[in-house]
Amino acid sequence: MKKVFHVMYDDDEKLLVAARELVGKGIHVNEVFSPFPIHGIDPVIGIKRTRLAITSFMYAMTGLTIAVSFMWYTMISDWPMNIGGKPSFSLLENLPAFIPVTFEFSVLCAAHGMVITYLLRNGTLPGMPATNPDPRTTDNMFVMEITTDSNSMNAEELETAIKNTALFELSIKEIK
Amino acid sequence: MQRESAIREPLILGHKTYKDITDDVVGPIMGPAPLGWKIMITISSIIAIYGIGSILYLIGTGVGVWGLNKTVGWAWDITNFVWWVGIGHAGTLISAVLLLFRQKWRMAINRSAEAMTIFAVIMAAVFPGIHMGRIWLAYYVFPLPNQFGSIWVNFNSPLLWDVFAISTYFSVSLVFWYVGLIPDFATIRDRMVKPLPKKIYGILSFGWSGRAKHWNRFEELSLVLAGIATPLVFSVHSIVSMDFATSVVPGWHTTIFPPYFVSGAVFSGFAMVQTLLLVMRKAYKLEDYIHIKHVEYMNIVMIVTGSIVGVAYLTELFISWYSGVEYESYAFINRFSGPYSIAYWTMMTCNVISPQLFWFKKIRRSFVATFIISIVVNIGMWFERYVIIVTSLHRDYLPSSWGEFIPTATDVGIFIGTLGIFLTLFLTFTRFFPVLALNELKTILKSSGESYRNKQVK
Repeated sequence: MKKVFHVMYDDDEKLLVAARELVGKGIHVNEVFSPFPIHGIDPVIGIKRTRLAITSFMYAMTGLTIAVSFMWYTMISDWPMNIGGKPSFSLLENLPAFIPVTFEFSVLCAAHGMVITYLLRNGTLPGMPATNPDPRTTDNMFVMEITTDSNSMNAEELETAIKNTALFELSIKEIK
Repeated sequence: MQRESAIREPLILGHKTYKDITDDVVGPIMGPAPLGWKIMITISSIIAIYGIGSILYLIGTGVGVWGLNKTVGWAWDITNFVWWVGIGHAGTLISAVLLLFRQKWRMAINRSAEAMTIFAVIMAAVFPGIHMGRIWLAYYVFPLPNQFGSIWVNFNSPLLWDVFAISTYFSVSLVFWYVGLIPDFATIRDRMVKPLPKKIYGILSFGWSGRAKHWNRFEELSLVLAGIATPLVFSVHSIVSMDFATSVVPGWHTTIFPPYFVSGAVFSGFAMVQTLLLVMRKAYKLEDYIHIKHVEYMNIVMIVTGSIVGVAYLTELFISWYSGVEYESYAFINRFSGPYSIAYWTMMTCNVISPQLFWFKKIRRSFVATFIISIVVNIGMWFERYVIIVTSLHRDYLPSSWGEFIPTATDVGIFIGTLGIFLTLFLTFTRFFPVLALNELKTILKSSGESYRNKQVK
């Protein structure tokens, strides 16, 4: 059996101060729910910087490769045509005309690939149920989630430590 | 938390709290539709239906119902296309370029400007589509294998680059916009009481819960998308300009076109944003969020881009004479003194002179003057495209094929119709979508909100 504490604050700075305080006491904060990004919370509760940007680069490179090889195939290998005297004997000669499409297709792949990765990693997809503990967390309230099973302290100690912060509301749930 | 100089004008007026921001933006969505909105959408949908009727008539009868002829084979259709794409440049510029420059005032306007961008690009895409004549063969623009021995599309052609540029621009703008909308839809979902709207906003919000890790990814995603959307904005209108610049028609065949088209696009896009937002801020009582400082910032962008456009016009004119090319100089003499000289001088007055009025602080900081000038600029920018396209074409290399273009009722009907469709879409957006990026605005409340600013001064 574990106890889940949902500690609500009415200000982002209060939550940040409280999180620092609790983490300083060796308490692990599971999750923070907020209506907007709280700058500076990530290192406090141990969230690493996302690697999403790297994926975007990989998608862009994929797009670039697909675009260049496809244009080489259609324009130079499969069916070369003399269009307005533009050289189509080799990829290099024809490359200047391929740059706009290469760029656009790389951007297309980078942007969409990254957004799809982002949605899948977040688990935010059409029709997914909302998991925020209180509807006010998308409005003006900030909630910190602390559980007993991820902390070595017992429930009473945790509760005292939490109640020492400038909280607005506290709800405790027991989950078997 | 970030701090800002106390003497800077605040971006959010009044004594707002986080809750007030939610109330101000979500309130109108939850309440009944205002009478003004009902009247506006009725008028705009009537115009839209007329436009759709004109389009259907065109498709059913053929491109012959337009005023095009053998000499002037491109006219209102492409003029409208370039005009709409140009308007569609402000949204992504505001959300991407201004994000990279960390301009916080964008947060009040980016949501609706992006919506405007998306609707404008849809309107733009209508024109090349219906200009094909046989729109059911529109898939030919994509490189698909086919039964004619795999005849591929021509990747050397700027028209095909355009297909890639516009479709990339549209879809990337759409996802950029939607990713920003997800947290705001979640706010509406958690506010809604009625079950059906709650369910719909629940689906639209993708189950967003505002977890710290998700926000961490969200910020990274916004930054990277802004980074790649910035060159995209500039590339799209450069490629549109290459439709003209890579041809051999005097008046089109100039290397100045890409930068000149891009700044013209941003110029007209900001003008359209001003026109729509000045009405919207009054109708939805958003005066505290979109106020005179935002308008002034946008006007400054308009002076810069308007001046670039002005310099480009004069450079074009000078070079046509200085080059010593007979055809080139004739094309320009014909522009300002030929049968379409009225269009040329309208363009010059509206685009070169009118934005210069913004040098006066009184005019720059006046809602009425801004509104009037924004409409004048949009008219001017439409004429710019008309001048470039029609006056360059109607005087061919062969004087025997010289001709003139007279628009028909279908030409006019389709253009007015797209204005109606655009307005209908925009009005639908203002009714059911969060018109301000409300959760983003909350992040600047403490650094740029009026009441917090005053506390700092103490």
